[in-house]
Amino acid sequence: MHDNRIFVAMEYEIKPHEKLSLGIKELWQYRELFFFFTWRDIKVKYKQTFFGFAWAVFQPLLLMVVFTVFFGKGQQPEGLPYPVFAISGLILWNIFSTGLTGAGNSMVTNANIIKKIYFPRLIIPISAVLVSLFDFIMAFIIFIVILIYYHVHISFCWFPVMIITGIIITSIATFGVGSLLAALNVKYRDFRYVIPFMIQAMLFLTPVIYPVSKISIGWIKYILAINPMYSAIELFRYGFNGGQELQTDLICISIGSSFLFFVIGLYYFRKTEVYFADIA
Amino acid sequence: MQPILEIKDISKRFRISHDKLPYLSLRDSFTSIFKPGSSTTEEFKALDNISFNIQAGESVGIIGRNGAGKSTLLKILSKITPPTSGTIISRGRIASLLEVGTGFHPELTGKENIFLNGSILGMKRKEIESKFEEIVDFSGVDKFLDTPLKHFSSGMQLRLAFSVAAFLDPEILIIDEVLAVGDTEFQKKCMRKMEQVGREGRTILFVSHNLGAVANLCKKGIVLDSGKLMYNGDADQAIHYYYSKLIDNQGVLKMLERKDRSGSGKFRFEAIRLLNKENSEVSVYKSGEEMRVELKLKATNINDSGKVYATLIIKDSVGERIMGLASAFYNKEILARDGTIITWKWRCQLAPGEYNCGLSMYEGIIGGIVVDSIPDAFRLNIEEGDYFGTGVIPPVRRDKIFSDFEVISST
Repeated sequence: MHDNRIFVAMEYEIKPHEKLSLGIKELWQYRELFFFFTWRDIKVKYKQTFFGFAWAVFQPLLLMVVFTVFFGKGQQPEGLPYPVFAISGLILWNIFSTGLTGAGNSMVTNANIIKKIYFPRLIIPISAVLVSLFDFIMAFIIFIVILIYYHVHISFCWFPVMIITGIIITSIATFGVGSLLAALNVKYRDFRYVIPFMIQAMLFLTPVIYPVSKISIGWIKYILAINPMYSAIELFRYGFNGGQELQTDLICISIGSSFLFFVIGLYYFRKTEVYFADIA
Repeated sequence: MQPILEIKDISKRFRISHDKLPYLSLRDSFTSIFKPGSSTTEEFKALDNISFNIQAGESVGIIGRNGAGKSTLLKILSKITPPTSGTIISRGRIASLLEVGTGFHPELTGKENIFLNGSILGMKRKEIESKFEEIVDFSGVDKFLDTPLKHFSSGMQLRLAFSVAAFLDPEILIIDEVLAVGDTEFQKKCMRKMEQVGREGRTILFVSHNLGAVANLCKKGIVLDSGKLMYNGDADQAIHYYYSKLIDNQGVLKMLERKDRSGSGKFRFEAIRLLNKENSEVSVYKSGEEMRVELKLKATNINDSGKVYATLIIKDSVGERIMGLASAFYNKEILARDGTIITWKWRCQLAPGEYNCGLSMYEGIIGGIVVDSIPDAFRLNIEEGDYFGTGVIPPVRRDKIFSDFEVISST
């Protein structure tokens, strides 16, 4: 009769918190809630704005203009016109920065819901990342226009593959760091202030607005490569910068770091989430 | 038959630290590493070894004073917070309604909020779509479906919120106090809906201060006090137990030790005496008799004094307020200090029965700073009396209140 029940298993137990699992089955049962939270946040974000979704395009576009005016004089980093170089980095960077801000604060902003009803808590930071991916899709359209305007040569084989690779690495890293910050933020409200500062600092520690070749000291490169966004942006650009050589060792460090953040974030979040309602 | 819900030895303990906020700052954590034991913590048992079973189709009311652990129990059953020890076995889908309109967003329209709220409560999108018409119909806000919620009046928001919740379709429904919302008309509508849900054989767990609602809705009742299960049985018996055992009034009650109170605490109600017009202590009054309720105050700082207003509230046996005897009505400001005695003196207009009384004291105007407030402070027992002084005793259990009146006839 009731085939659309959330709890398919008829019998279940509520126990003190002990074992740690991913809870994928449960996430699947609540899959519609991903949609509703993402949809709510997108709606609310652009409600009562005159330009609406266009803001997702303006932000990277304006930053691109600013950076081009100040840093871009006659530069051709990685064989790309500077505006193309800058915006390609910025649109991926925006997934990371808006996703991280959204996810990092998500448990606090949704505290009233968390205290009143149960659902898998992971849905909230994941939805925050999905919102930032939606912004990316909007901005991506303008990115294509800019590519065409500057007659950038696109490798039709590598372009789609590298876009997807870049997005996956970005999403994994954003979710990992975001859920870690979300869990920490519930307990230590200091992180509300740490997040914006961290994002600002990381923008300059990532080859978003300058090519990594600008850095001459070798060991600094390795430290910067710990930033997960390094590999995401470098691989993304590989699809349209005419096959510039990639620094494989740096890329590997960066990918490894993004997976490490993912595991740490997920683990810490799952470990602490049962007490969110008590301390949020 | 196996019970649909088995609650076994559930305990929930909180650690209260006396010098910290519930959420911490990093600095606190760092300093506590180097100064172990510098903060005093105390363990608080919100629930203490609670066990009971609920059979499918039963409607159970959970009653108890503020802070008895009712909400904690519901939160554990709703999986919002884990128990410290014990297990619960559930053999059906639980939907919990600890608040109406969870997740409502002011910027979204009425229609959008129905979908969002329904989804958060655990309904599938198809389920919401198929019930959408009924939900809108029940709420009566169909004209405002495309208006952002922030333009709704608070009453409309509540009606919309309850309407979504009313169409939840779980095997076990957990409800906390949500019936105490909206206007009287809508409350009745909600009660009828709840009764219907109960008749359909759904299992209901219901927490409320409105004991009348519990009596109407529930067949079984559970009484909690200080985290312990005090009574588990019929709803009527549970309500009786609640009034007779927990709200005792035999003059010697140590009012000062009661925890179910709020307010600044500058002064506290310390002790109570129920007196007749000869100033001798009584346990029962007769209708029409002069009543004197005497309250002694204690100041937390022995030398404090201040001006306060005091109110005695009389409620019927199911918790509905009948009257409030507020000193403010007579502009009577009381000079309070340690040992001050306040006496309420009036002729008993109450019909025979049991009445539950609350006390409150505040500084400034009505609704000013609450100094001390005990919602269920003591009970009054009233028996038949010659109210009208004519020797005619009014029939029992017909009128709730007597009044002085005249009948004038002319031809």
